[in-house]
Amino acid sequence: MMDQDACQPTPGAPCPSGENNGRREFLGAAVAAVATALTGCGKLSKEEFLQHNFRELSKEEVLTVIERLEKEYKEKFGKEVKVANTPALPGVMFGYALDLSRCIGCRRCVHACVKENNQSRDPEIQWIRVLELEKEEGVNLQHAEHYYNPDEVPREGHFYMPVQCQQCKKPPCVKVCPVGATWREKDGIVVVDYNWCIGCRYCMAACPYGARHFNWGDPQIPSKDVNPETHYLGNRPRAKGVVEKCTFCVQRTRQGKYPACLEVCPTGSRKFGNLLDKESEIRYILENKRVFKLKEELNTQPNFFYFYGV
Amino acid sequence: MTTLRNFSRFITDTLRMITTGGPVYYAWVAFLLLLIAFGTNAYIGQVQNGLIVTNMRDQVSWGFYIGNFTFLVGVAAAAIMLVIPAYIYDWEPIKEITILGEMLAISALVMCLGFVMVDIGRPDRFWHIMPLVGRLNWPQSMLAWDVLVLNAYLVLNYFVVTYLLYCAYTERHYVKKLVTPLVLLSIPMAVSIHTCTAYLYNGLASRPFWNSAILAPRFLASAFCSGPAILLILLQILRKTTKLSIKDEAIFKIAELMAYTMGFNLFLTAAESFKELYSGTEHMVYFEYLLFGLKGHNTLVPYAWASIICGAIAFILFLVPKTRTNWVTLNIGCVLIYASVYIEKGMGLIIPGLTPDALGEIYVYTPSITEISVAAGIFALGFLVFTLMLKAAVPMMLGEFTISRGRKGAQAAKPEGHG
Repeated sequence: MMDQDACQPTPGAPCPSGENNGRREFLGAAVAAVATALTGCGKLSKEEFLQHNFRELSKEEVLTVIERLEKEYKEKFGKEVKVANTPALPGVMFGYALDLSRCIGCRRCVHACVKENNQSRDPEIQWIRVLELEKEEGVNLQHAEHYYNPDEVPREGHFYMPVQCQQCKKPPCVKVCPVGATWREKDGIVVVDYNWCIGCRYCMAACPYGARHFNWGDPQIPSKDVNPETHYLGNRPRAKGVVEKCTFCVQRTRQGKYPACLEVCPTGSRKFGNLLDKESEIRYILENKRVFKLKEELNTQPNFFYFYGV
Repeated sequence: MTTLRNFSRFITDTLRMITTGGPVYYAWVAFLLLLIAFGTNAYIGQVQNGLIVTNMRDQVSWGFYIGNFTFLVGVAAAAIMLVIPAYIYDWEPIKEITILGEMLAISALVMCLGFVMVDIGRPDRFWHIMPLVGRLNWPQSMLAWDVLVLNAYLVLNYFVVTYLLYCAYTERHYVKKLVTPLVLLSIPMAVSIHTCTAYLYNGLASRPFWNSAILAPRFLASAFCSGPAILLILLQILRKTTKLSIKDEAIFKIAELMAYTMGFNLFLTAAESFKELYSGTEHMVYFEYLLFGLKGHNTLVPYAWASIICGAIAFILFLVPKTRTNWVTLNIGCVLIYASVYIEKGMGLIIPGLTPDALGEIYVYTPSITEISVAAGIFALGFLVFTLMLKAAVPMMLGEFTISRGRKGAQAAKPEGHG
């Protein structure tokens, strides 16, 4: 039952509770002014305030929202930012595999991710955390060094473990969200509607992988660094006070490209593909390599796998 | 029609009563208003700059606000500590002070909702969590449950208090068939608000410190000490400053019940600590961080031990009849219990739950000036709500202030005009 609830239909489906719209419209309008005054958000438009959960919007409403967002981004960054809403492809379930025997801990993936996904640069939000672990201890997180900074990696006696959203089949973050602002798409990607999230951070407490990040301050991205190719559920610029996370680069992968972290990896440690495609590289790895999942005992059932290639 | 007219007179008279009082009353209210203004100012800064002005970060994503919230849910739930003996055992000495417990619950809930509001990143989107209007993820999210039960409990208590006072004001006897079921309903409701709040943490497998089956029982046990601790002191103040007669017997009985719950609370804490520390699995790190410090970080250690020692001393003071019935030791015990549970169910619950974080990092959290200022404002708001309710309720409960006697009656009976 959990799986069904967590796996929501593709956005753009008609609103199931249409009769509520009138009442909502009225109530919303009534409090819009108050909320604007209370929160001191001069920028908060009535349309933004009243906007509904992405999964409840009709196709037309989605287009209106996207148009508004593109206009806002243009005003803010002084350049065209395209917001796509490409749905999940049928017959696709994305999976990721990471070769712990190859990773050297260079953190190129961390920085490529920030560049691709329009994270705040000040303070910098990073969706990938690379842990430096002791070979003697194995994968023991209590012995992980998060801020290792040697002149050269890999360091003697250590191995490296990048951790990002594990795109769980049973995501605890989705279960706990009080407003349904985060859900699992049909291709297995767990996404956030940044315009619906209330910033309670319950999902961050629930996530066993530290994969969710909060915009504690107003996210700052220099205009020249903004990646203009975005997705509504992915890398479009966020506002302060909402949670964000890795989406397997939904804006790229739904167009058949690889995630940015994979492309930049100099050691080929990162593998990505369609779990439903028997011929895919990811399936080959799962069938032929020794694979494990991080915190398997929590039964979150990640679609992110770690393996030892050599 | 008469009811409507009477009710509007009830409202206007209440308003008039809470806006007039002696110099002590005015000074107290002014002080609270000042604190509220101070907190509001800090909160405006937080809204403008974001939660970055707090010391919470991705590693410790909940802190002082949610800690206070959790503690105050316990205070709100503890109102039933007084209701249970009063109504189930029909024990008269406590019955008349039940209404005070319910007013305490209302004030605590106001503070709870305040702490949740200041903690969320997008307060402008509060309507998303409202049933029907927004999209409440019920029944999956424990937070959705908590929103529902907290608000229902608030409405229930508010209704009972208003109704009882209105009856006193209109010089009628309340309808027992209406009040008794509602008061009885408030017992499971009180248990449910604290259980829901415990489950909110309890259900997170990612945080072993919280993911323990005895978390909800521990919540209830500690709440049934801390809530009455506040009430006991309050009852003594009211006895001195108003004509409200509260028998010694009632106070001592509550103190006795508190001894049992405190003993149970300490036992549960010991059971939890034993399980973690003796089995010594990797889950032990959170208890280590709380009780002994971890990798040289020991910010919480003095507080954790202070909490345990305060609780143990209070337990003995309340258990021994001689110290329980001595006003000095009784009040010392109340303060100790309050301190003990405030640490245990506040920072002592939230911070070790999140430290070390999910990936083993230790981020040392202490609240920022903004967090402390905003919290002071919310506490002042709660105290203000409670003060105003008491100001109107006490003369009504005493029958000094009714629809026929009006303001003059109240003033004649209480010329010094204390709140």
